[in-house]
Amino acid sequence: MIFSEFSADSVAEFPASAPESARRARFRFRKWLNASAIFLSLFAMVFGIFWLLWILWDTCRMGLSSFSVAMFTESTPPPNEEIGVGGLANAMMGSLQMVALATLIGAPVGVLSGIYLAEYDPRGKMAVMIRFINDLLLSAPSIIIGLFIYAVMVVRFKEFSGWAGAAALSLIVIPVVIRTTENMLALIPIGLREAAYALGAPKWKVIMRVTLTAARAGVLTGVLLAVARIAGETAPLLFTALNNQFWKAGLSGPTANLPVTILQFAMSPYENWRQLAWGGVFLITLAVLVLNILARILSRGRGTE
Amino acid sequence: MKTSALSGANANTSTPVAKMSVRALNFYYGKFHALKNISLDIPEHCVTAFIGPSGCGKSTLLRTFNRMFELYPDQRAEGEILLDGENLLTSKQDVALIRARIGMVFQKPTPFPMSIFDNIAFGVKLFEPLSGIDLEERVEWALKRAALWDEVKDKLAQSGASLSGGQQQRLCIARGIAIRPEILLLDEPCSALDPISTARVEELISELKKEYTVVIVTHNMQQAARCSDYTAYMYLGDLMEFGATEQMFLKPSRRETEDYITGRFG
Repeated sequence: MIFSEFSADSVAEFPASAPESARRARFRFRKWLNASAIFLSLFAMVFGIFWLLWILWDTCRMGLSSFSVAMFTESTPPPNEEIGVGGLANAMMGSLQMVALATLIGAPVGVLSGIYLAEYDPRGKMAVMIRFINDLLLSAPSIIIGLFIYAVMVVRFKEFSGWAGAAALSLIVIPVVIRTTENMLALIPIGLREAAYALGAPKWKVIMRVTLTAARAGVLTGVLLAVARIAGETAPLLFTALNNQFWKAGLSGPTANLPVTILQFAMSPYENWRQLAWGGVFLITLAVLVLNILARILSRGRGTE
Repeated sequence: MKTSALSGANANTSTPVAKMSVRALNFYYGKFHALKNISLDIPEHCVTAFIGPSGCGKSTLLRTFNRMFELYPDQRAEGEILLDGENLLTSKQDVALIRARIGMVFQKPTPFPMSIFDNIAFGVKLFEPLSGIDLEERVEWALKRAALWDEVKDKLAQSGASLSGGQQQRLCIARGIAIRPEILLLDEPCSALDPISTARVEELISELKKEYTVVIVTHNMQQAARCSDYTAYMYLGDLMEFGATEQMFLKPSRRETEDYITGRFG
């Protein structure tokens, strides 16, 4: 009989259970283990938050005191000027342009690559290779990326420029966006894709209208986090955009930017420069905070989609 | 087996015509032989149910009918699935055109991330250049056929995900019939639904067979008995028995079928 394997006599005897005292001891041990784990976790959290709050406190205290209208309207001053003269307008402008251009280059390349990895041939040799290289790029020190762009752009055109700075930043955006896009698309249930294919939809339409739409909050979050990441990057700009003391439109030639200005001013012996450096630090922190909150709101919206 | 099944008496259809014929179908997941030499005829304008214990291959069989398995490179099918005389497995037709003729509804409701209206319009617009009033009429027609219109007519712009599970499943059925396929494949369409939603979907299935040929995979024996005209019992990749539902449930010709149907096994 082919169904004999399901018959009742193949079921084993019910096993004997431990005595009551042993069960109690086991339960006490579990409670003790639980309490210790909670204590260790709390300690780790307090340790981490302590330094973070200290940094934020100093940033706000020093940054807010150096805030003024001039900071947004005037360019970086010469050293030893009076405090309150000059601002960071040129550095903000340069940073904004470079971050925007880097996002415009990096986000589409990253999203399209992420789509390739998740939707076309996710297990293929090509995908495995791309994923490996992407992980390398993701963990590459940003100064190496700066040096690379220095070698291929700055040396070739014999000029530091905002274009080179934006190129270096976009190389940081790409791997972050590839990774998040792929992960977010991989979270979309396979049933949703099958349902779209079952209607006779072509692959590109399934991706654009169904899977990418379903994952759009997560993908956008990845882009925002990448922007937050490059907003504060200093190392890739040192050899590419360099810096500039003067207001200038466009990205040709050495271009002022917040991170390198902060580095230069904070290291200087001049009081007015150091004050402005704090202001810049506060600005970047605020921008990153806003971007992270936006990303949070977007990724929370994903649940209802 | 199959010929005797089709000559068997049935209350609803005296002489059913085979809409789709499966001949010597073998299916493999990699090296695993999941369907073994299956042959059967799916009668037109009837509901055919596939029953059997988990892993017996009933969903696999259903997924060969619209070549859904082709999404996965390690799965392959050999044999013939004839629709109007053409073997779907070797057809030169674009697979999208085949899938437009053979709709499918899945176990879990899968509303697309768009409005209720667009959920239906998405599939329609793939093949028909409808717009404006014509498109609205088609959407309304499909939602009415799926017994969902009254519940959603005032919120067509809302997200499909805002509906309840039972409503979502009826939305998926509406989406499937909106493209006006010839055959509708239902893969355990009620397994995620409560009894009331299940009853509505079952009513719907009986309605649908007037216009479509319906094939349903189900774990629920009563469901097969209630709403199908023909039943196929499968076990471990084999088609054990296929015949008119009444005959299968009252006087199965094989002992194994009887054991399964009466709940002695499975």
